[in-house]
Amino acid sequence: MGSGTGLGRVRGLGSARSGSHHWWLQRVTAMGNVVLVLWFLFALVRLPSLSHDAVTGWIHSPLNAVPLALMIINVCWHFRLGLQVVIEDYVHGGMRVLALGLLHFWTFGTGGFALYAILKIAFAGTPA
Amino acid sequence: MARSSARPLSPHLGIYKWGPHMAVSILNRAMGVGLATVGMAALVWWLVAAATGKEAYDLFMSWASWWPGKVVAVALTFTFFLHLCAGLRHFVLDLGAGFELQTNRAWAWGTLIGAFVLTGLTWLLIIWKGL
Repeated sequence: MGSGTGLGRVRGLGSARSGSHHWWLQRVTAMGNVVLVLWFLFALVRLPSLSHDAVTGWIHSPLNAVPLALMIINVCWHFRLGLQVVIEDYVHGGMRVLALGLLHFWTFGTGGFALYAILKIAFAGTPA
Repeated sequence: MARSSARPLSPHLGIYKWGPHMAVSILNRAMGVGLATVGMAALVWWLVAAATGKEAYDLFMSWASWWPGKVVAVALTFTFFLHLCAGLRHFVLDLGAGFELQTNRAWAWGTLIGAFVLTGLTWLLIIWKGL
């Protein structure tokens, strides 16, 4: 922990000059989520039904598949940044390393499955 | 962790009287964690089920329309809207505005009430349409 003293900086524990970057990306992805997730909710409630045909038909359109894929990327990015801060605040020592590692797996795991599912529907449709 | 004893510590959280702004702040964080875990899991299940086929999708929908599934769905809707409203509140606070005591308190209440109203409107629409 750099306490702003010369010694703290010499030990390399002061500002790494990247603190605001994380904070800023959190806000940029938040703004993206305001647009993309609200669009997603509006689109869902505007569907005639939530049947398999209606949902896959909706995702099949590029005008829906691309924003939906972007929403997945943006949501994953946003919660990756946000949960990192939560973990750093409450989890300490070796458990923190483990928790941050699990967060990586969760982010890319869920994101990967979601993107594959969207692209599969968008490119090929699904067997009835 | 070394700390210069000449430097003051900030007062501990425990000495503050609870207010709506504190509640909204910690709820926003909790809601974010909920959305990233339960919300993301539900979204991935829904998408993968849709990509797998009608049978897998109908299985998801049967879980989602069972009453515990509906409780989760309503909770996630509220969680999303609270995180949205609290996030918008933070955009204003990040600009350095809205820190006056009365204003801050009013917007914190507004965030909570807004989340309830938006959740209610969304589910009224869903029930009305019979989705």
